[in-house]
Amino acid sequence: MPLPVEYSEYKWRCRRGMLELDILLNSYLDKNYKTMTREQGTAFDEILDYPDQVLLDLLMGNMQSSDQSVNMIVKRIREAVTS
Amino acid sequence: MDIPRRQFDSLIIGAGGGGLRAALQLSNADASVAVVSKVFPTRSHTVAAQGGMNAALANVLPDNWHWHMFDTVKGSDYLGDQDAIEYMCRAAPKAVYELEHFGVPFSRLDNGRIYQRPFGGQSQNFGGDQAARTCAAADRTGHAILHSLYQQNIRAKTHFFDEYFAVDLLKDDEGYVLGALAFNIHNGEPVLIEAKTTLLATGGAGQIFRTTTNALINTGDGMAMALRAGVPLMDMEFFQFHPTGIAGRGMLITEGARGEGGYLVNADGERLMERYAPKAKDLASRDVVSRSIAIEVREGRGCGPNKDHVMLKLDHLGEDVIQKRLPGIRQTCITFLGIDPAEAPIPIFPTLHYTMGGIPTNRFGQVVVPVKDTPEEPVPGLYAAGECACVSVHGANRLGGNSLLDILVFGRAAANHIIDYLKENHHHRAMNDSSLESAVARMQRWDNNGSGDGETISDLRNELKTVMEEHCSVFRNDEVLGEGVTKVEQLVERFKNARISDHSDVFNTARVEALELENMMGVALATIESAYARKESRGAHSRTDYTERDDKNWMRHSLYSFEAGVDYKPVRTKPMSVDSFPPKARVY
Repeated sequence: MPLPVEYSEYKWRCRRGMLELDILLNSYLDKNYKTMTREQGTAFDEILDYPDQVLLDLLMGNMQSSDQSVNMIVKRIREAVTS
Repeated sequence: MDIPRRQFDSLIIGAGGGGLRAALQLSNADASVAVVSKVFPTRSHTVAAQGGMNAALANVLPDNWHWHMFDTVKGSDYLGDQDAIEYMCRAAPKAVYELEHFGVPFSRLDNGRIYQRPFGGQSQNFGGDQAARTCAAADRTGHAILHSLYQQNIRAKTHFFDEYFAVDLLKDDEGYVLGALAFNIHNGEPVLIEAKTTLLATGGAGQIFRTTTNALINTGDGMAMALRAGVPLMDMEFFQFHPTGIAGRGMLITEGARGEGGYLVNADGERLMERYAPKAKDLASRDVVSRSIAIEVREGRGCGPNKDHVMLKLDHLGEDVIQKRLPGIRQTCITFLGIDPAEAPIPIFPTLHYTMGGIPTNRFGQVVVPVKDTPEEPVPGLYAAGECACVSVHGANRLGGNSLLDILVFGRAAANHIIDYLKENHHHRAMNDSSLESAVARMQRWDNNGSGDGETISDLRNELKTVMEEHCSVFRNDEVLGEGVTKVEQLVERFKNARISDHSDVFNTARVEALELENMMGVALATIESAYARKESRGAHSRTDYTERDDKNWMRHSLYSFEAGVDYKPVRTKPMSVDSFPPKARVY
């Protein structure tokens, strides 16, 4: 099954108002796009709709989601930035 | 090329705090307003402003606007225009109360009044005791302001062109600005937006430096558009740096880390600040610490395989102290570096934070240019506000808490002037075909560049950012800057041979990045040429070969244009209603 969004669209939606988010989201996208499952692609698509401040709180570990698929993608994004 | 046309009273390019504040004022006055933003509006860089905004409310300590004005003039190292500074400081309390009414949840005191925190550079009674002037919504003031203004604009029916990229301003032969050519990033479709007035509010240009706190979107697009339209950029040599950014990443490590006992070491393990500031050591002023780091790296004592940074040691403080007093810094290092500062040092290099210079405006937001003997002639129909503009309230050095204030006060002021302009200018002027053709050609260059060999955008961008960091950051002298000018000029030349391989229409980010790089090239050239020409040290422009401020020869604004190179105009030292603050030594 194809991913819900093409690479270039993901790429543009990873442009955010904060440098921290630019780095985290772009690292994940560039390292994982080719091997992303549809489920992962959908979860990534969903969190890209979050407001910047919420996304930062999630990715910096200041907040946890009640949705486990969100927590899973957050974990993968955090791993990608230093891998 | 048949391009769809849309007509509005006013076009605003950029949807950060300055653009949205102006848009709201205009929509509430029943003007038809279009806002063009290359990212979704609430993803503008205003969202990253944490500190707060200054206003002399006197809720915590005695205060008044005149003291705020004094601090801002002094902070600017006497390069700020005192009429604009007086206007801003007088307007500040009203700007805060307006935001409160728009829904910004400012932090409160127990008595219900707005909480105010002390920031550096704030004083009572013209240089006396510390003042407390900064209003904040916890540590997310910019986020709160941006979201409130966006919601208010939706209510007021402002028309948004989300994820559209503005290519160029359009001008007629009499010099009137007629709107802009933009395209939809989703599908590449161009649109000609005709407007009686155009406001540039595109933010700063921090991306021209390798190490910066600025988001990727801060590529100086509005500044470059103005340059290409013949408007010189003002005071571009003044960029504010923070000494301790994470090397290669850019994020800030606050002064608090050194305040708690952290210190900087070079590749030999030496405490480098003992050499440069034997008394204050690591707590010396920001510019001294920044320059010391740059000297260590230049002289080969940098750390890492490329010897391009120094280290900040915190591990001797112990895990308990770090977790208790510096939890945010610890989290940042673990997240972005995989390094726990309780166990290992942090790689550090000065990071660029704020663009003081920009598009010259008067205090009504009108873009002004020199015409014959007049230094400040308004460009009809063109306005600018926020970090892309230079009004100039920050002069050579911005005070913390004054940037959110700047965007809100002058976004509103520009809109008020536009409302008056619209009362006297009822009709759109005829479109200028040659101006449109050159904008279209600039956009289409990337569709028609063939597939032959050429320079890549990413290589040129990385080289530009490195050249600017090595030649125009915190270590400046004639030799370093002169070499830098030559290198940037060579990059500008090489850019003419740049190619992209993606010629699709849907989310063609390669084309956007190419257009952004062209903007960055122009802004970088303006910056380094202006820095090379200014033979003194003032505020953020600190030179090792001209170490003193020279008011006699250099208390003047720089103007850089493609056509005339570097020129100058006088500082407006006369305030609106009070006496001038004459230049004095800037000591704290």
